[in-house]
Amino acid sequence: MPDAVARIEPVAMSDAAIPRIAVRGLRFYYGETAALRDVSIDLPDRQTTAMIGPSGCGKSTLLRVLNRMYDLYPGQRAEGEVLLDGENILAPGIDLNRLRRRVGMVFQKPTPFPKSIYENVAFGVRLHERLSRAAMDERVEWSLTRAALWGEVKDKLKQSASALSGGQQQRLCIARSIAVRPQVLLLDEPTSALDPISTLKIEELIDELKRDFTIAIVTHNMQQAARCADRVAFFYLGELVECAPATELFTAPRERRTQEYITGRFG
Amino acid sequence: MPEDSKHILTSFETDLARLRDMIAAMGGMVESALSDAVRALLSRDAELAARVVEQDQKVDAEERVIEQFAIRILALRQPVADDLRHVVAALKTTTDLERIGDYAANVAKRTIVLNQVTPTYPLASLAQISRLVQENLKLTIDAFSESDATKATTVWRADQMIDDLYTTIFRELITYMMEDPRNISPCTHLLFIAKNLERIGDHATNMAELTFYATTGKSLPDIRPKGDLSADYVAPQT
Repeated sequence: MPDAVARIEPVAMSDAAIPRIAVRGLRFYYGETAALRDVSIDLPDRQTTAMIGPSGCGKSTLLRVLNRMYDLYPGQRAEGEVLLDGENILAPGIDLNRLRRRVGMVFQKPTPFPKSIYENVAFGVRLHERLSRAAMDERVEWSLTRAALWGEVKDKLKQSASALSGGQQQRLCIARSIAVRPQVLLLDEPTSALDPISTLKIEELIDELKRDFTIAIVTHNMQQAARCADRVAFFYLGELVECAPATELFTAPRERRTQEYITGRFG
Repeated sequence: MPEDSKHILTSFETDLARLRDMIAAMGGMVESALSDAVRALLSRDAELAARVVEQDQKVDAEERVIEQFAIRILALRQPVADDLRHVVAALKTTTDLERIGDYAANVAKRTIVLNQVTPTYPLASLAQISRLVQENLKLTIDAFSESDATKATTVWRADQMIDDLYTTIFRELITYMMEDPRNISPCTHLLFIAKNLERIGDHATNMAELTFYATTGKSLPDIRPKGDLSADYVAPQT
């Protein structure tokens, strides 16, 4: 895509941040059913964008488009453009392995591999890079440290990951995602299975991680969106209704539908 | 809040309605206090004035009740968007109302003192400023109760006239004092009364600004037309 960069439309950003991902006119279909209708949104670099909206509004679908997770399922297709640093990742011929290294994902339920803590982190790195033993040790430590888990597991790296608590497992999954040094981190309801303290630890981690990564988080917890997002996008029936700085959206949303949803007046 | 869409959680809806009713009720108390204080002043009714002073405690108590209730809503309901703006506006409005109650009580206290001397000056201008202030207070309480941004804007604009009138009264009273030093003591009380009324107008304006913000999510401009020039006034040298 040699002309891809030139095709990024200039978008007025209130905070003048550079979009790492620019979604343009995205439509998504599960078979015949449209799940996203003409969605355009920017994910600014080194910022957290939260996607909120009722079940089935398309927020998780959007996340699944951003690393082409939907490719694994037949009958699902996307139209429009998703520009990652100016390159359209929906274009045919995109190297999906490379894309998924650049765009990491963490799911609702912690999904550790039935392997040791160390291997959980090292496994993905080996798929993309050949590192010396020492370099791999260093990468594992770096990832676990960035995921705020190192202190808790450094003495038991050889133990099975399944022995960790739910909150620790989720932080391990985040460590695994960042171990391959992605640019974008997608979090799909990462704390919905966690207790409030583990949730706060993940939120604190998100705050830390956004210094290095572009983060998109799907959450049903409005307070969570308010706590950890710079920008919040409200989706309804496959449309992006409003995307605004968190403070603005939670104090004075522009759209009536946003207001009704966040105040609990949706009928 | 738009009336056509209700909260899914009925108890939250009830809490917000109750908060609004509490502000309306406190507004009513303060309105009566002001109108009684003014009536006591103009009709030289010391008894009525004493009742106004006494009633102020109830206003203060009501402020504390509303404050606690609003804090409870913030803690337990964690409101956002227009709900949040309304709760914050109620919390601040109750402080404004409490101050207005204090000013009304102070007018009443000074009325009791003034009744001990023979009046030698007309009270027409004070009657006029009182009427304007009472109108603005009523309108701003209505604006809050009805979430009416237009009424709020009307109050916000009308305050200039109160300020203008206050400046006139200020000059008038200075003139009386210069005419006869025996007027100094009663006229000083009247000056404070006029100032209290003018301050009530300012608090009504504050409340109007809060209502405008709660209702629209936008702020009225920082700069409002200012009419009170008494701070720059220097009496002519004799």
